Amino acid sequence: MKYGQFFWNHRAEILQATQQHLVLVLASMLIAVAICVPLGMWIVGRPRLQSIALGFANIFQTIPSLALFGFLIPIPFIGGIGARTAIVALVLYAMLPILRNTCVGLNGIDPVVLEAAEAMGMTDRQVLLRVRLPLARSIILAGIRTSTVITIGVATIAAAIGAGGLGTYIFRGVAMVDTAVILAGAVPAALLALAADSLLGLLERRLKVA
Amino acid sequence: MPLREMSSSIANTGASKDTNTGGPIIEFRDVSYAAGNDGERLILDGISLAIHRGETVVLLGKSGAGKTSLLKLINRLQVPTRGEVLVAGRATAAWDVIRLRRGIGYVIQDVGLFPHFDVARNVTLVPSLENWPKDREESRYNEVMQLVGLDPREYAGRLPHQLSGGQRQRVGVARALAADPPILLMDEPFGALDPVTRADLQREFRELARRLAKTIVLVTHDLREALLLGSRIVLIDEGRVVADASVEEFPRLPRPLVQKYVASVQLTVPHA
Repeated sequence: MKYGQFFWNHRAEILQATQQHLVLVLASMLIAVAICVPLGMWIVGRPRLQSIALGFANIFQTIPSLALFGFLIPIPFIGGIGARTAIVALVLYAMLPILRNTCVGLNGIDPVVLEAAEAMGMTDRQVLLRVRLPLARSIILAGIRTSTVITIGVATIAAAIGAGGLGTYIFRGVAMVDTAVILAGAVPAALLALAADSLLGLLERRLKVA
Repeated sequence: MPLREMSSSIANTGASKDTNTGGPIIEFRDVSYAAGNDGERLILDGISLAIHRGETVVLLGKSGAGKTSLLKLINRLQVPTRGEVLVAGRATAAWDVIRLRRGIGYVIQDVGLFPHFDVARNVTLVPSLENWPKDREESRYNEVMQLVGLDPREYAGRLPHQLSGGQRQRVGVARALAADPPILLMDEPFGALDPVTRADLQREFRELARRLAKTIVLVTHDLREALLLGSRIVLIDEGRVVADASVEEFPRLPRPLVQKYVASVQLTVPHA
């Protein structure tokens, strides 16, 4: 009951932290999608570039997230304390699943369909935009979905570099050894992740070509 | 309208001056084609072949004989390693490849319909790439669907996965005919169908081909199909032309391989 009490007493602040959290996640995801989908489209059919780009995205994924935030702080322009640095870190972290799925989706088109498209006199650009992309969109969206769920979790660490969000409660609760405070951050974050997952899952199924 | 120009440049070769007047619409001049990383696998070896307007030429041969490669050299899905392929008197290498392909219909065994387009969009793909006006595109859609024996209205909104194999192949043929190309290339078009559907489609296609008077190059391994649909049969084996004769003469050719084919279908040759 004491957990519920804490929640209720701090509902306004928790809501505000949730909003901050959402802004961090949305901004990062928009940037990551805006980078990775066009990048994936550009490197499709260029195996060398593709392995370089995927390897690059992979590196960030292997850096422990807390360390990644820390590494960025001393870097000029993108670094420092606050939301901007956090978004940069989250973008780097979100890239791999989106980029990988974009490549897998665009490369995984039935060769017979591609042959037909080519034989009918479609230009490379038309094949990409009218055939590959529409047929790959549910796989690309699956990558975005994975990425979003990861980002919602990782964004709690953004509080460590002063970017706010639900992580604020988690860090505070850990410091105070107070479960109620930890839960005030962890429960909304988990709910956000679940909501994003099912919402994007719904969209993914709708985009799927039978 | 680019396609119109293109089609007419294929169709009116006889009248134009910069091309070989009245010559074959498709010509292979000593064409070799090799595949593999360094072209170590020779698929076609010194093919010379002239195909004339209105012919239905069947390329007959075993799988791996090189007939599909021969077909793909015509719409430049493959390029010759040696020699040249001429379409309407011009080497395929000299053609704007997009224009070349939009003037050549292409039908393959697995059809390759776009799974995310409904039947109407699949069929009118080339016309829409060519920016035909909507009403012309629509009337052409109705026309070609009727040609292949499908109700245009009933099928317009269906997706490929909602069609049977036979219906898919009909749509594939309609799509290939949509922009009224002078040349039609078909690679085992009825190969994936059950025998009854195949027989139906072959029979209908024979009638259709007669009415359309297009130049058709068809690949098959089935002599029965070759005799039914072709006006001329070219037998390919190990990358070479081993026999080339009209449908009437072909079964009587004294070549051993030809006779093997004849025996394999247990064909009784009329007036032999």
